[in-house]
Amino acid sequence: MSVETLFALAACALVGIGLYGLIVQPHPLRKLVAFNVMGSGVFVLFGALAMRGAEAGMAADPVPQALLITAIVVAFAATSVTVALLLRLIESTDNASLADEPSAGD
Amino acid sequence: MELWTSTHGGALLPAAVLAPFVGMLLGLALGGRQVQRVAFVLMPLALVLALGLAVAWQREGQTLVYLLGGWAPPLGIALRADGPAVAMLLAVAGVVCGIGLFARADFGTPVGAPESRAAFSYWLLLMAVWGALNLVFVSGDLFTLYVALELLTFAGVPLVCLAGSGETLRAALRYMLFALCGSVLYLLGAVLLYGGYGTLDMPLLAGMVRPGPVAWTALALMTVGLLAKTALFPLHLWLPPAHGGAPAAASAVLSALVIKGSWFLLLRLWFDVMPGVATLGAAQLLAGLGAAAIVVGSIVALRQKRLKLLVAYSTMAQIGYLFLMFPLAFEAGVLVHGAALSAGLLQAISHATAKAGMFMAAGLVYAALGHDRIADLAGVARAMPLAVMAFAVSGLALMGVVPSGAYLAKKLLLDAAEGSGQWWWTLVLQGGAVFTAGYVVLVLVNMLRRPAAPLQGVTPVSILSQWAALGLALCSLLLAFAAIGPVSTELIKNPLDARDLGTTLLVILGGALLALALSRRSLFAAAGAPHRDGAVRRVTMVLGMALEQFDAWVRRWTSAGLLMLLLAGLFVGLLRVGQAA
Repeated sequence: MSVETLFALAACALVGIGLYGLIVQPHPLRKLVAFNVMGSGVFVLFGALAMRGAEAGMAADPVPQALLITAIVVAFAATSVTVALLLRLIESTDNASLADEPSAGD
Repeated sequence: MELWTSTHGGALLPAAVLAPFVGMLLGLALGGRQVQRVAFVLMPLALVLALGLAVAWQREGQTLVYLLGGWAPPLGIALRADGPAVAMLLAVAGVVCGIGLFARADFGTPVGAPESRAAFSYWLLLMAVWGALNLVFVSGDLFTLYVALELLTFAGVPLVCLAGSGETLRAALRYMLFALCGSVLYLLGAVLLYGGYGTLDMPLLAGMVRPGPVAWTALALMTVGLLAKTALFPLHLWLPPAHGGAPAAASAVLSALVIKGSWFLLLRLWFDVMPGVATLGAAQLLAGLGAAAIVVGSIVALRQKRLKLLVAYSTMAQIGYLFLMFPLAFEAGVLVHGAALSAGLLQAISHATAKAGMFMAAGLVYAALGHDRIADLAGVARAMPLAVMAFAVSGLALMGVVPSGAYLAKKLLLDAAEGSGQWWWTLVLQGGAVFTAGYVVLVLVNMLRRPAAPLQGVTPVSILSQWAALGLALCSLLLAFAAIGPVSTELIKNPLDARDLGTTLLVILGGALLALALSRRSLFAAAGAPHRDGAVRRVTMVLGMALEQFDAWVRRWTSAGLLMLLLAGLFVGLLRVGQAA
């Protein structure tokens, strides 16, 4: 198995785990972690594609690396905004549930 | 047509994107009460920039292009403004200015009043939303679009929780997490496309992309991700609490503008990047979801107790309309820029103006009465005729009465449906107006009702805000005249023409019947008096309740998440089957 395939499989696994967490985990913090896991999967895939798509004589295609670093910054910003929101929510309600009403059981 | 060199007037593109962001940073640095001043200096300035862009586009007679730093794609990044982008830029500039005038009363900081965090944030976020939207409209490649979309979400989410209460914070968090899920799916699609074709520049990609597993998966993932951000049924779990709970001036921004960003990106993707990959079957699914959104959204809107939530559900229904044009834009199996696309854009602009006006009217009623319970609105029409007028006019505009933008859009789509033999969309287009009329009639009947006792303690509201709401609503009602140039004059008729007047009355009558059958409280019931329902109404009530339960189920995280995956799978399947056929 080539290195690229290995990376691609790892990316699949990470995206899958992330999706599962985002859908199933009820706690917002866990959902946020799941989002980050899923994001990492996408980043790994992008890195693997950069390796595969390189011109002859180059170690890797540089464009995905430039895009990746931007995507990581965006994901970091998203995470910090979400954590700030979550902290405010816990501060004001002592409860981090996302459910609309107490009766809705998600 | 040259898409990879800067054109004359192209420098206006980065200016239009940067102006709101410069305003935002300046406001942040100056702080306090200066923010609002900065915003009010910026608004006319950016409006003029948008107008200048439109003039330059008209004069050049082709897409405006600006290469950042002079680097041409695929290595560099190009900003481009074509017809749809220019139209959206102009519309957003107009709506933001209207909302700004309205928000002066709520978020202004008069001399002597203490500065507030909500007001400070509001103006900053308004400028950020504006800048992000402009970037969405002029971005030339899929990655810049991703960044623009994230900027839009980061600016939109805090608008939800300006009030800072637990309920709004929860709504904001739901919105944020669901939107993040959507954006990762979008990014995954973009990455796959890069892997397959080695570029993300839209015209370059359009020339290379071929139907195949990479393109199918990418298009399906990106479409579903964007649907989650646009809140098309059944992925609307975040919309009602977010739009219904935010302050009126913020709801207007969210409902009128923010959702249009991801919708516009979807247009770009289907029409400009992968017109040959998209299939009629997939487009039928998209429009089918739109039709379901209209039915479910409108009926659940009828069952709301609070006016702002009703308007939020109305937004969910109206989002459905924006997707009806997809199957009607096919010619010989390929998506083309044509009358159906123009109709879709017209619908979006028309909804932006009308919905901003409607949320403002609802906010004014809330401010004046201190509540927005629909059952207790009697007497409002007498107390604040301008606001009620604004609600009525925006309602008429949403229904698509002559000469509103929605009317012209409907006309174009009906022609397209007839031309392509898709009669079922004719039914949806004609029936949709009845559903819209239902909740408009319900609210107006309650507003126009004579109160049991004269209304006491009505807080006076700003006249300027009332005029701003009415102004935006009127813009929507008269939008068809603005579109005369690019479309055709023959399509606009005299609104008092017997046939059109008849259609309008029929739609309102149908809406009244719907409201009679499905509203939470009978329209005839006087406030407080006991009332017995007839047999028919008892059946329809059960139907309404069932639909409400269904909506609540769909809006649970697990159901929405699974539906998202299911839709992605369906899109891949339909794209594949369509190509084989």
